[in-house]
Amino acid sequence: MKPMLVSVADRLGRGMSVLLAVLREIFDESAYARFLARSHSTSSKTAYAAFLEEHTSAQARRHRCC
Amino acid sequence: MHPHMTRLFRLTLWILLAIVGAAAVAIIAVHRGEQINAMWLVVAAVCTFALGYRFYSKFVAAKVLALDAMRATPAERLENGRDFVPTNKWVVFGHHFAAIAGPGPLIGPVLAAQFGYLPGTLWILAGAVFGGCIQDFVILAFSLRRDGKSMTEMAKDEIGRVGGIVAYAAVISIIIILLGATALIVVNALKSSPWGTFTIAMTIPIALVMGIYLRRLRPGKVLETSLLGFVLVMLSIWGGQWVSHSATLAPLFTLTAPTLAILIILYGFAASALPVWLLLAPRDYLSTFVKLGTIGLLALGIVAIHPSLHMPALTRFTDGTGPVIAGKVFPFAFFTIACGAISGFHSLIASGTTPKLVTRESEARMVGYGAMLAEAMVAIMATIAACVLQPGIYFAINSPAGVVGQAPETAAATITQWGFPVTATQMHALAQAVGEQTLYNRTGGAPAFAVGMAHIFASSLGGHTVLAIWYHFAIMFEALFILSILDAGTRVGRFMLQEALGHIWKPLGHTSAYPSVLTTSALIVAAWGYFLWQGVRDPLGGINSLWPLFGIANQLLAVVAFCVATTILIKKRQTKYIPITLAPLLWLVAVNFTAAYDKIFDPNPRIGFLSQARQLAATGGNARLIFNFRLDAFMTALLVMMVTLILFESTREWLRVLTGRKQASVKEAPFVMTRFALEEQA
Repeated sequence: MKPMLVSVADRLGRGMSVLLAVLREIFDESAYARFLARSHSTSSKTAYAAFLEEHTSAQARRHRCC
Repeated sequence: MHPHMTRLFRLTLWILLAIVGAAAVAIIAVHRGEQINAMWLVVAAVCTFALGYRFYSKFVAAKVLALDAMRATPAERLENGRDFVPTNKWVVFGHHFAAIAGPGPLIGPVLAAQFGYLPGTLWILAGAVFGGCIQDFVILAFSLRRDGKSMTEMAKDEIGRVGGIVAYAAVISIIIILLGATALIVVNALKSSPWGTFTIAMTIPIALVMGIYLRRLRPGKVLETSLLGFVLVMLSIWGGQWVSHSATLAPLFTLTAPTLAILIILYGFAASALPVWLLLAPRDYLSTFVKLGTIGLLALGIVAIHPSLHMPALTRFTDGTGPVIAGKVFPFAFFTIACGAISGFHSLIASGTTPKLVTRESEARMVGYGAMLAEAMVAIMATIAACVLQPGIYFAINSPAGVVGQAPETAAATITQWGFPVTATQMHALAQAVGEQTLYNRTGGAPAFAVGMAHIFASSLGGHTVLAIWYHFAIMFEALFILSILDAGTRVGRFMLQEALGHIWKPLGHTSAYPSVLTTSALIVAAWGYFLWQGVRDPLGGINSLWPLFGIANQLLAVVAFCVATTILIKKRQTKYIPITLAPLLWLVAVNFTAAYDKIFDPNPRIGFLSQARQLAATGGNARLIFNFRLDAFMTALLVMMVTLILFESTREWLRVLTGRKQASVKEAPFVMTRFALEEQA
C-alpha cells in the first residue's frame, strides 16, 4: 500500500511541476529566466526592461487565434 | 503481465471504447422527442477524439509525414535562447493550446445551436478529427522541416510567388474581418449593461496597474501579477452590481451600441500605439489566466451536474429561415463553427511560435493534432452550454429585433409561434436574475453562452442567488478574451501592413518609427472599425452578416493551408496519401464556395448581401446601409477570388509535378541527427 501511495504522490508531484512549467512558459517567466541566463544577469528592474525591449517585438507579432 | 496479454488487454479496451463511442453517437443522432443528457455528447466526443488520436494521427505521423524522432528540429538546430528553444512537449502543448483557443470555439457552436444540437456536434466531431487537427498537424510538421517558416513563406516557396502574395493578402483581410466581427460580439454583450460595461472598463486600469507592477515592483513575476489582476477583476465583477444599482454611476456605464463601438475603436487604436508592456502584455496574461481557469471550471461543471439538453436535435431552422444566422444547415452550420472544427487561423500559429519550441519531430503529433482536439472539446462544451437553455430563451436572446420585433411581448409571441414557448414575464425574470435590464436581442452568441454557463456554474456552485455573478463572470471572460484579440490582432495586422508598405516606401516599414506606427495603426483600426460600425447599424443585428463573412474568410485560409500541404505531399511523391489533405480541402471548397455564392447572390434579403441592398434601395433605405451590404458582397467575392487564384496555382503545380513536366523538389532543411537521441541512449 505504501509504495503505491508513494508512486501516486510522485506522479502528482511530477504532474504539478509540468503544469507549473506550462504556466511559466505561457506567462513568459521561462523566457525571462532564459534571458537572464543568456545575459549573465540577475533579476532587476533594468534587466526586466531589457528583456521587455528584446521580447516586445516577438510578442507583438504573435498571432492569437479567434 | 505477459506482452501478448498486455496487447490483448489494450486491444479489448480500444474495441470497447469504439463501441461506447459509436453507441453515444448513435444515441445523439437518432434520439428524438425527449431530452437527452449532455454526457452523451461528452462521451461521444471523448471516444471519437481518443480513437482519432490513437489511430488516425498515428497513421498520418508514421506513413504520410514520416516523422523522424532522430531528426533535429529547428528549436535544436537554431537554438538561440530567444525564439528557438527546445521545450518540454507538455509545455509546448499548453503554449500552443493557449494560442489557438480563442472565443471562436465558444461563439460558433452557440450560433449554430439554432439548427439543433446535432449538426454542430457531428460537424465538430468529424471536422476536427479529419480536418482541423490534420491541418494544424501537417502545417506544424512541414514548418518543422523548414526551419519554422510561416505558412505564407511556405506558400511562396512551394506554390510560387503568386501563392505567397495572395496568402499574405488573405491573412490581412481575415484579421480585419475577424476583429470587426468579434468586436461586435463585445458591443452586443455590453450594450445597456452597466454591470458588464463597468467590469470590462475596469480591466483597462487593472491591466495598466499590472504592467507597472510587473515592470517597477516585481520584475518578471508574471504569474503572481496575473493572480493579482485576477483578484482585482473578481472584485470589479462583485462591485459591478452596486454600480448597476447606483443612481449616479449606472447612467455613466449604460451605453448604447454606437457609443460602445466608438469606445472600442479608440481603445483598439490606443492598444496598438501604446508600449506593449503597458497594456497589451498584461491584458494578454490576464486573459490567458482567466481563459484556462474558466475552460477547466466549465468542464468540471458539465461533468458534475451533467445537465439535460433542452434544445432538440434538429430545429425547423435547418430549412434556412433561422433568426440567428439565416441560411440552410448546409453550408451555414459548417462555417458558422470554424474554430471548433477547422480554423485556417490555426495554420498561422502552427507555423509561428510553436515550431520554434518543439524538441523532437515526433512530438508534432501531440502538439498539432492533440491541441486541436482539446479545442474541439471546448466547442462541444459550448454546444452544451447553449443547448441546456430552454430553446425559447435561446432564441429570445439571439434573435435580432428586426426579426422578432422590438417589444418583449411581440418577440415572445413570435418565438412561441415558432414552436419554442417563452413568455415576456419569463424573460424579464431571467434578466433580473442575471442583473440585466433586458436579455432580448443580445445577438452575437456571447450573452446566450454566458446565461448557459452561469446556469451550469450556479447549479454546481452557489445556486440561483449567485446567477448574476456567474453571468457577469462569463461576460467578462468572453469580453476580456475578445479585447485581447483586438489588441494582439491590431498589432499583428499593423506589423504586416508596415512590412508590406515598407516594400513601397522604406520609412513606412520601420516598425518602431512613430509616424509609421500611428499611420498603420489608424489604417488597421479604421478597417475593422468600419466593419464594426456597419454591424452596429445593421437592423438585423450585424452578426447575421459579419459572422458568415468571418467564417468564410477563416475557412478559406484553411483552403490555402491545405493547398500548401497537398503541394508538399505531391512533391514528396506521397501521392497515394493526398486524400488525407485533399479530402478536407475539397470539402472546404464545397462549403465555402457555396456559402459565398449564397451570401452574395441569394434572392432572400436575409441571406444574400446584394438582394438585401436591392431591397433597401427599393424601399428608400439608408444609402450607407446599401453601400455596406454591397461592400460585404465585394469582400466575399474578393476572398473567393484570392483563394481561387491559389487553388489554380496549386493545381497547376500539382499537374506539372505529376506529369513529370517539373522536377519535384521540396525546400526542406537538410537532415541533422538530434543530440537528444544520443543523450537518451547515454
